[in-house]
Amino acid sequence: MFPAKFTYHRAASVQQALELLAAHDDAKLLAGGHSLIPMMKLRLAQPPAVIDIGRIAELSGISRDDGSIRIGALTCHADLAASELLRQECPLIAEAAATVADPQVRNKGTIGGNIAHADPASDLPAPLVACDATIHLLTADGSREVVASDFFVGLLTTALGEKEVITHLSVPAQTIGTGSAYLKVEHPASGYAVCGAAAAVTVREDGTCAAAALCFNGITDSALNARAVAGALVGSSLDDDAIDAAVDGHLTADDPLGDVYASGEYRLHLAKVQGKRALKLARDRARG
Amino acid sequence: MRHQIRVEVNGKSHEREVEARQLLVHFLRDELRLTGTNVGCETSLCGACTVWMDGKAVKSCTQLAVQADGCSVTTIEGMKQGDTFHPVQEAFWECHGLQCGYCTPGMIMAAGALLKENPSPSEAEIRQSLKGNLCRCTGYQNIVKAIAHAAQGGAQ
Ligand SMILES: Cc1cc2nc3c(=O)[nH]c(=O)nc-3n(C[C@H](O)[C@H](O)[C@H](O)COP(=O)(O)OP(=O)(O)OC[C@H]3O[C@@H](n4cnc5c(N)ncnc54)[C@H](O)[C@@H]3O)c2cc1C
Ligand code: FES
Ligand code: FES
Repeated sequence: MFPAKFTYHRAASVQQALELLAAHDDAKLLAGGHSLIPMMKLRLAQPPAVIDIGRIAELSGISRDDGSIRIGALTCHADLAASELLRQECPLIAEAAATVADPQVRNKGTIGGNIAHADPASDLPAPLVACDATIHLLTADGSREVVASDFFVGLLTTALGEKEVITHLSVPAQTIGTGSAYLKVEHPASGYAVCGAAAAVTVREDGTCAAAALCFNGITDSALNARAVAGALVGSSLDDDAIDAAVDGHLTADDPLGDVYASGEYRLHLAKVQGKRALKLARDRARG
Repeated sequence: MRHQIRVEVNGKSHEREVEARQLLVHFLRDELRLTGTNVGCETSLCGACTVWMDGKAVKSCTQLAVQADGCSVTTIEGMKQGDTFHPVQEAFWECHGLQCGYCTPGMIMAAGALLKENPSPSEAEIRQSLKGNLCRCTGYQNIVKAIAHAAQGGAQ
């Protein structure tokens, strides 16, 4: 099994990647190749040209940038999971990256490729929405920023334009009193998320909830942001009963995904169970 | 369109002209005749094709040969140093960590990568690290034992 014919171009810089994109219609960028190559082998994708951005050093790495953390689009899952800086400042991203597939896939798959592909069952979208991440895009005409909740549009569909490159993401550093958790029920064969619950809560000194976020992978065709649950939690005591009531009373999903492995109804049930557990773990971590 | 690539495989530099769509595993097996690396599922799931690229375990059925241009690749054939088997190879032998042997090259490359990063893994860590490698024969017990044995220096 191998891909249909294509022309291969290697970009040495972001500038060159943009030039190659301008010169080749319907070209595909190649980062780690762990979504694109399988699709090309199955001939579900047959791009006439492939532009390899996998070696552009300026697109890689994790660094501090004022009050936020800058993550280069080419940073692989293994590096996200192992990053001390992320573990301290945005632990939700590192925790989610550590659950992606297996060590071999984590050594190759990148955060940029993961979000550009936007598989509903992949692990990074919901945590990025829950952390209020911003995605930085570049075209020949200039740069723009899209917040994660606007970036994921639908099934394998994002706000990314055809001639656009994701350069990096920025994630606000976690504030004091914040805790987070990513809990995943994975498909036993593929390793992808059947349900991935990403929760973050900020507690006040008196223990009540100052801010909350709860988002899911695997439930709907793009990351599900349970805003109503978060709204119900703000100001609450965050004790187990308050969390259970907020999730039971406010978690809904339009058209949950269903397949032979898990029906929509079952996925929603999983989301409720996992959402409560993730919120409780996030609360315990926030309280230290 | 063909591309000139230079790949260091098991310490030896190879220069070849390849088609852009050639997969790394086919480059290793068909061009270099290093047939120790197996092809199992062809769909990135079984890990039989695991090799090291610049020291990291990767599935060579999900990489293009052109992506390996300028990289250093280690295959199962490169694990033996002179007459001495790699400790993981020795441990698979001693603990009978294989039956048909089809998954074994990939298992050994995955296990070797684990022990480089974590020289004394717990049993749970060993099992976690094999998530990307399937074995249809052994039930994994002796594979896990072999890796623990190698980690304890049993097979040095
Ligand atoms: C067996 C297997 C199991 C997996 N399991 C999981 C899992 O459990 N959870 C999970 O989250 N993921 C999983 N993945 C996916 C993996 O995490 C990869 O991260 C992801 O597929 C894409 O990253 P990549 O770098 O490989 O992208 P590529 O395959 O190189 O590219 C994917 C798409 O993104 C585009 N793209 C890439 N980089 C950019 C950029 N910088 N700017 C614009 N567009 C870009 C490409 O053009 C292409 O359309 C799995 C993959 C495999 C093969
Ligand atoms: S053949 Fe590469 S993972 Fe199965
Ligand atoms: S020994 Fe036969 S597949 Fe593992």
